[in-house]
Amino acid sequence: MKIPDLTQLALRNLRESVLRNSLTTVGISVGVASLVAMLSLGTGLQQLFTRRLAKSGLFDTVIVSSRREMRGMGREEERNGPNPGESRVLDESARLEMEKLPGVDEAYPDIRFATELRFDDKPHLTMISALPESAKSNDSFEGMQGSFFTSENAPEVILQKSFAEELLGKTPPLGTPDPGVAELAPPLLGKELTMRYAQRESASPAAGATNPTDVAGAAYSVVSREQKLKIIGISDLDPESMRGPMRAKVFLPLKLAESLHVMQPTDLREISSATSNQPVYSSVSVRVKNPNQVQPIEASIKKMGFTTFSILDASRSLQQVFRVLYAFLGIFGSLALTVASIGIVNTLVMAILERRREIGIMKAIGASDRDIQKLFFAEAGAMGILGGIVGVVLGWAIGQIINFGTNIYLRSQSIPPEHFWAVPLWLAVFAVAFAFVVSLVSGLYPAGRAARLDPVQALRYE
Amino acid sequence: MTTAPVIPASRGTIAIRSENVSRHYRMGETLIRAVEGVSLEIHSGQFVALLGSSGSGKSSMLNLMAGLDRPTSGSVIVQDRDLAKMSREELAKYRLHVVGMVFQSFNLIASMTVAENVELPLRFAEVERSRRETLAHEALERVGLRARMNHRPSELSGGEQQRAALARALINRPQLLLADEPTGNLDSHTGTEIMDLVREFNQQLGMTVVMVTHERALAERYAQRMIFLADGKLIDDRPNAPATTQGKEV
Repeated sequence: MKIPDLTQLALRNLRESVLRNSLTTVGISVGVASLVAMLSLGTGLQQLFTRRLAKSGLFDTVIVSSRREMRGMGREEERNGPNPGESRVLDESARLEMEKLPGVDEAYPDIRFATELRFDDKPHLTMISALPESAKSNDSFEGMQGSFFTSENAPEVILQKSFAEELLGKTPPLGTPDPGVAELAPPLLGKELTMRYAQRESASPAAGATNPTDVAGAAYSVVSREQKLKIIGISDLDPESMRGPMRAKVFLPLKLAESLHVMQPTDLREISSATSNQPVYSSVSVRVKNPNQVQPIEASIKKMGFTTFSILDASRSLQQVFRVLYAFLGIFGSLALTVASIGIVNTLVMAILERRREIGIMKAIGASDRDIQKLFFAEAGAMGILGGIVGVVLGWAIGQIINFGTNIYLRSQSIPPEHFWAVPLWLAVFAVAFAFVVSLVSGLYPAGRAARLDPVQALRYE
Repeated sequence: MTTAPVIPASRGTIAIRSENVSRHYRMGETLIRAVEGVSLEIHSGQFVALLGSSGSGKSSMLNLMAGLDRPTSGSVIVQDRDLAKMSREELAKYRLHVVGMVFQSFNLIASMTVAENVELPLRFAEVERSRRETLAHEALERVGLRARMNHRPSELSGGEQQRAALARALINRPQLLLADEPTGNLDSHTGTEIMDLVREFNQQLGMTVVMVTHERALAERYAQRMIFLADGKLIDDRPNAPATTQGKEV
């Protein structure tokens, strides 16, 4: 029998016992819905973690330094790296070269320096770091009081919570709970700080000299300067957690920090080694578009003659964890579908008993065993597809409701809302296909039994 | 009335030959010899009645000829092929293309309309939908049921249901029409109408007809040959001169 005829006959037969078949189909829908709900929870959580990791900036950043630097000496990767004498100078041209590597989002110089900040005429010594515009999306600034820099060279500053506590003299004794940022922000936001720093001033002729051998940066003077900065944000989390003791507590916009020409440790070394008038950096942060690409990009930067540092790609091990989670969620989700598949077997075996005579008639007028088998398969498959589609919709709806409910709870805890639940297209297609296959497998026994019916016996059946 | 295509019947050639056919069943400890060593030949175009009382083995013999059942021993040869040696698949094809069957209880599928019932064998034969409809209309026209084609069997009288069953038996243009007590559930007037139709198929379309009945009068009225069975054995086989006039009550 042809497929359209089979489908038509199967649907007609399903309509004949509409209540029983609907209940069986509902059973499949519930099974598929539970499977979809479980797997979409897994997918949603994976997406959430991946998103979080990407936003944390921990796994998509490669920190590049020159071997000529003394910093980090003795680290294993540096021992394997190029010889200090052969290492390249980490200057503007190298930064531009890195930025052009495929998969690289941006490469920006790390400007960080320890200096004195005055607030209420009291000096505070701290580490200051410059942030690029892209850091705005870093989730360390989620839950920040105030706002991010209004522009890349605005005289503004964001403080890390612990520095804010220091400024206000509210550093809590060990073991007592921290005051929240919401409490620290009002007395500080909009206030001014005075930053005292050492500015490097070039003593050579005009910058941009045409002679490449000109040692433009080789001589300079150091001038003490002051810069007024407006406090515009207090951050709860620590965006520099990976920097260890080098981490900064105060952040400036990148362009502003560059224009200040603050005296950096590299400047001293530059006197003896600089070969051009380009700015030279102690380190450059390379942000990668996809955490998976960190390793190849790190490798190509190493080939350029630099030393690199990154936290090992966590997304790979995370994927493994999620694969196990998927398997577990899938097994639990499939349990309901297994029960539903028993429902299919039951329904079809009942249908064989009821339609025994009909099967006999069909055989008497020329239906082959295979025709009868296919007919029952088609009925099982139709219930599977129908149940699958309804189940996906149901699973999606359950996910939406749980997303909604969880977000209401999160908001009540003043945590920003998140998307825990995701039904990607592949999952929807997979769920319907899986329901179809499970139904066909469930139909195996009833279809075989129907096909083997003896027509003479079946015709005698009343 | 449009005429259904006529099957070229080569009268005189052997349509069915059974050789020492037996069919035994086991019911618990007892062996039931439904058919016991029956040998016979039925010629193409013949109208044969299988007569006997209840349990004589006539329906079992018909089932063997229809390829619905297999003999315990012996052979049933149709078109030079032994049904006993055919696979299940081959038997299904044989029932689909060579045999048309009519039953006492009509055996129409209740969930389908009359037209769908009639064209059902064509679905198994994978005939195109439009062709199926044409052939079903023609067959229903032939049995005078075209007006009721969209009704369900339950909405039809017994005679109409049996006519629908005849149209279904006719649709694949079989060479053999096997009828198992076709008038058993009908009143005598309606029975006559049905039998007239069967005779018409036999005479106009050249179908070989084997009819099982326990009504001797019916057999004498329509059959050209009467075969008597008792306890599974062939006890008599005699020619008969059927009445030529139609429409008389039997």
